[in-house]
Amino acid sequence: MQQGHLGRRSFLRGSLLGFTALVMPSALRALEFGGANMPWSAGAASPPYAGITDARYFAASEYAMVDAITARIIPSDDTGPGAKEAGVADFIDHQLAGFYGRGQRWYMQGPFPEPLETQGYQAPHPPAELWRTGLAALEQHCRDNHGAGFAALEDDTQDDILRAMEDGEIDLGSTNAAQFFDFMREMTIEGFFCDPVYGGNRDMVGWRMVGFPGARYDYRDFLHHNGASIDMPPVGLMGRPAWTRQ
Amino acid sequence: MTQLHREVDVVLVGFGWTAAILAHELTQDGLEVVALERGGWRDTPTDFPTTHAPDELRYYWRHEMFQETAQETQTFRNRRGQTALPIRRWGSYLPGVGVGGGGVHWNGQTFRFLPSDFLARSHNEDRYGPLPDDMTVQDYPVTYDELEPYFDQFEKLCGISGQAGNLRGDIRAGGNPFEGWRSDEYPNPPMEMTFSQHRFAQGAHDMGLHPYPGPSANMSRGYTNPLGVRLAPCTYCGFCEKFGCGNYSKASPQTTILPIVMQRPNFRLRTYCDVLHVNKDRDNTRATGVTYVDAHGDLHEQPAQIVILCGYQLSNTRLMMLSGIGEIYNPATGEGQVGRNYTYQVMSGVDVFYDDAYTNEYIGAGALGMVVDDYNGDNFDHSGLGFIGGAYIACWTTNARPIENQPVPEGVPEWGAEWKSALRKNFLRHTSLSVHGASMAHRENYLDLDPVYKDRYGRPLMRMTYDFTVNDRRLSEHITPIAADIARGMGGREIKVNSLDSSYDIWPYQTTHNTGGTIMGASPDDSVVNRYLQSWDLHNLFVMGAGAFPQNAGYNPTGTVAALTYFSARAIRDQYLRDPGPLVQA
Repeated sequence: MQQGHLGRRSFLRGSLLGFTALVMPSALRALEFGGANMPWSAGAASPPYAGITDARYFAASEYAMVDAITARIIPSDDTGPGAKEAGVADFIDHQLAGFYGRGQRWYMQGPFPEPLETQGYQAPHPPAELWRTGLAALEQHCRDNHGAGFAALEDDTQDDILRAMEDGEIDLGSTNAAQFFDFMREMTIEGFFCDPVYGGNRDMVGWRMVGFPGARYDYRDFLHHNGASIDMPPVGLMGRPAWTRQ
Repeated sequence: MTQLHREVDVVLVGFGWTAAILAHELTQDGLEVVALERGGWRDTPTDFPTTHAPDELRYYWRHEMFQETAQETQTFRNRRGQTALPIRRWGSYLPGVGVGGGGVHWNGQTFRFLPSDFLARSHNEDRYGPLPDDMTVQDYPVTYDELEPYFDQFEKLCGISGQAGNLRGDIRAGGNPFEGWRSDEYPNPPMEMTFSQHRFAQGAHDMGLHPYPGPSANMSRGYTNPLGVRLAPCTYCGFCEKFGCGNYSKASPQTTILPIVMQRPNFRLRTYCDVLHVNKDRDNTRATGVTYVDAHGDLHEQPAQIVILCGYQLSNTRLMMLSGIGEIYNPATGEGQVGRNYTYQVMSGVDVFYDDAYTNEYIGAGALGMVVDDYNGDNFDHSGLGFIGGAYIACWTTNARPIENQPVPEGVPEWGAEWKSALRKNFLRHTSLSVHGASMAHRENYLDLDPVYKDRYGRPLMRMTYDFTVNDRRLSEHITPIAADIARGMGGREIKVNSLDSSYDIWPYQTTHNTGGTIMGASPDDSVVNRYLQSWDLHNLFVMGAGAFPQNAGYNPTGTVAALTYFSARAIRDQYLRDPGPLVQA
């Protein structure tokens, strides 16, 4: 033991006891690991939780808009199913009903001045509010300029509107159109390619489209593929449909 | 009321790589060590077993492994005169939280800096003449030769897979001929390369370059480290960076040190303890301990004979500022050291698209790659180029996680039918090259305290003022086209060059290689800590991490961070404990 070389220890204690209380070690056990109290435990694991409940956020009219918007971002066509078939609107609905929608882990204190383009997400709203405010403004824009709500418009018109949002050419009042579009696109991609446990990527249509084998964990047998195609059906965290008796 | 704890010999603030190393080294001498971690306990079977680990949404996009910006974030602007705004959601970099820190969710690319990287000012000025006045580049106060044993120690702890290129001066074929001398081989052979690496190596070789296997903390075979902790062979699952390894195949504090350290009778770990500041004695000569908040919001004071900051570079720098240790840097006057020489990493890349060949990049690992160093550091003649430093060019196959990667060729829109069709065609037939450039210090790139935004305790956020410099842009303009030439030689249909051509943007992910702010140097006039990472102001305060880098080299930082930590631990054990006081006279 070399701690004796570190000099006297009593120099502080006297002065500090004037305004602090010395805690008994037993009071700290819940926080402290070491000695006989090891943190590891058998048979315990932390399963997925974010947005796997049935909780929903959107009103019916909002849901219809989201379904229509995401179906333009990833359309169903002859290359295969799109966002609608993947359940992307349901995914977003569940996500916004949870901690992500509330922006619970984000720093959301103001002020919120006009940002530089390099300063990232600066909306004064957490995600759920951003969607609600943005959808309302977009719907109003569609009624004012196209005579109908977004979901009722032709595909080409919907694409033109989304493209204008992407380029920041539409004024959505307090919502930054380009930033809202980026966020819609991001969550659409999340819903198309996430594990099916979160309610999107239904029947793994997203993974099948690109050939991603999903939540597999050992590819050592395929390291020497040398540029050849590997045909491997995708697997999710809950397995895949073929494993379950119908 | 503050709850006062019994004094211990050493308190470690944070419990990632550097703290785990120090806990192991310092408890060997019988010192009583307490680590305070602001996040929770995490381990393989409970928090990221193979059955849960491959979950892209949860771990990356919902930030399971990262700090919450609600807990600590920075404000950011590109230059003085602009208004810095808070980073509300992480983008460009991803600070870790929880036991193991970033060491849990790193890729495992484990390099040594080049010998000349430690002499960035003197070496370059000797060869090319004086540097511009605004480049505040300086030498490290420690040399490669001094650190070599500690690089070796960390590589053996982690079981790094690689191939020696310079074994005690003997240049070996297949390794990196430009690397500093190594006292020993890598403890494990290189990883198995896949199609993309073979094509890259061929393309680079055809250009007369020297491809070598990237040094990897993903195991190429089963390995038992010198502490007796065992790691398993990597299964190339493609969930490394931003994820914990469910397989015990990636070196992390959990898979290399913690099983030993946690059982040392003179070690204690307290989780969910957020350190607010370092306490000092009345004379401002010693740290007396730290004050922290626990999970219940109660204040605690932990007195200690030695205080060691082991948080992430950004947290350590801010903690120095909030504790009033040293003077905060002021770019207008050039005075103050804390927050000076903030540097980052200068990244660009090239995509390669194939018609007939499948790259199948979901078969990947965090540090599975081939690298060339011909244009890194001062491995090439910079005469007339107008910049110093360099970059490695690598073909890493880390993953093909589809939320993160939608590779499409030049000119394809970012959504809609055309995008979908292009993505379907290219997703499995794409690879990419990265150009991983050095970041040289500049007097206008720095950290200080924000005048407006506060954290949940009412304390100022740290403010980052940063943009790419002339040196960065010239470096990238010179080396990115060389990467494009390699890419053209890889037999694909087409390439896409992703240049560094705008201001630094805080949103797109680049790297979590934030460096500087608590830099090491030769005297209190040029640095915050000395060569042993000991504070010039308080001799019993040490500051670990990449904050010590006077500027960043063209490599991933962890290998050098760990070597500096072992170097510091050795000095504490051999010198400081015997005679507590400044280890370098100012």
